[in-house]
Amino acid sequence: MAPLQSMLRKFSLNLKKSLFNQHPKPLMGDWLIILIGAISVFVMFQQFWVTAPATKFKIRQGNQIIGIFDLNQTRELHIKGAVGESTISIQNGQVRFKQSPCSNQYCVHQGWLTRAGQVAICLPNQISLQLMGAKSAYDSLNY
Amino acid sequence: MKNRTIVIHATPEDHQIAKLTALAIGLHMIEAIIPSPLPGVKPGIANIVTLYVLYQYGFKTAAWVSLLRVFASSLLLGQFLSPTFMLSISGALLSLSVLFIAKHLPSQYFSVISLSIIAAFAHIAGQLIVVRFWLIPHTGILYLIPIFCLAALIFGLINGLITAKLFSQK
Repeated sequence: MAPLQSMLRKFSLNLKKSLFNQHPKPLMGDWLIILIGAISVFVMFQQFWVTAPATKFKIRQGNQIIGIFDLNQTRELHIKGAVGESTISIQNGQVRFKQSPCSNQYCVHQGWLTRAGQVAICLPNQISLQLMGAKSAYDSLNY
Repeated sequence: MKNRTIVIHATPEDHQIAKLTALAIGLHMIEAIIPSPLPGVKPGIANIVTLYVLYQYGFKTAAWVSLLRVFASSLLLGQFLSPTFMLSISGALLSLSVLFIAKHLPSQYFSVISLSIIAAFAHIAGQLIVVRFWLIPHTGILYLIPIFCLAALIFGLINGLITAKLFSQK
C-alpha cells in the first residue's frame, strides 16, 4: 500500500506543479476575444430565449379571429365555442381561461399567460388565445 | 501476366502529416466514447492537434491533418457520408477558412487561445448552417444556438489553454 500512496502523492504533486507553476497567460487580445465571445453568448441567450412581455392577445374560434384585445384592462369575455361558452379573464397584463365547458379543463389549468408568443388552446371548444408583443414586423404602413 | 506494382513515394512531409493525423484521430476516438448531454455539444479535443500543427508547421499541414482526421475518423466510426460526417466536415472547413484569416492577427496581442475560441465558434457556425439548410430546415433550432455558442466559448477556451500549455512546456 505504501509505495502506491507515495506514487499517488508524487503524481498529484507533479500535476499540481504542471498546472499552476507555468500556466500560459492569455494576452490582451485573448481577453478581448473572450469578452466578445461572452457578450455575444449573452446577447444570443437574450435574443432567442427571453421573450418580451405581451401587450395584446388574439382570440380565435374555429377558423375565424374573434378579435385582438389589449391586455392592459380588467375584463371578462364570454366566447361561444363548439361545445359551449368559455370565459376568458383579462387582468393586470395577463390573460387566462377562467371557465370552460370542456371535459379535461386543460385550458383552464394552464393558468395566466403573460409573455409574447404564449398560447393557450381549448381543443374541444375550438378556442385559442395567442399573446403578442409590442414589436411587430412593421411599425406602420402607409401609401 | 505481368506483375505491376505502383509505388507511391511519400515525402518526409507526408510522414509528418500521417503521424500528426494519427494523433488527431486518436483524440477523436477518445472523444467519440464520451457521452454528450446534447447531440453536437462536444469538447473537440482533436482541434488541439489542428491548432498545434498550425503554429508548428503552417496552414497547409494543418488543413491536411484536420481534413484527413475527419475522413479517417468517420471511416473508423462507420459514419462516412452520414449526417454526422457532413456536420464534421462543414465545421472543419469553416473553422479552417476562419483560421486562415485569423492567423494574420498580430501575434503579440492574440495567442493560440484567441484562435482556438474563434475556430470553435466557426466550427459550430459551419455545423449550424448544415443543420438549418439540410437536416432540420426549421427555425426551432434557433433555441439551441445560445447553448452551442456557450459550449464553443468554454471548450474553445479550454482547448486554447491546453494548446498554449503545450507550447510553454517545450
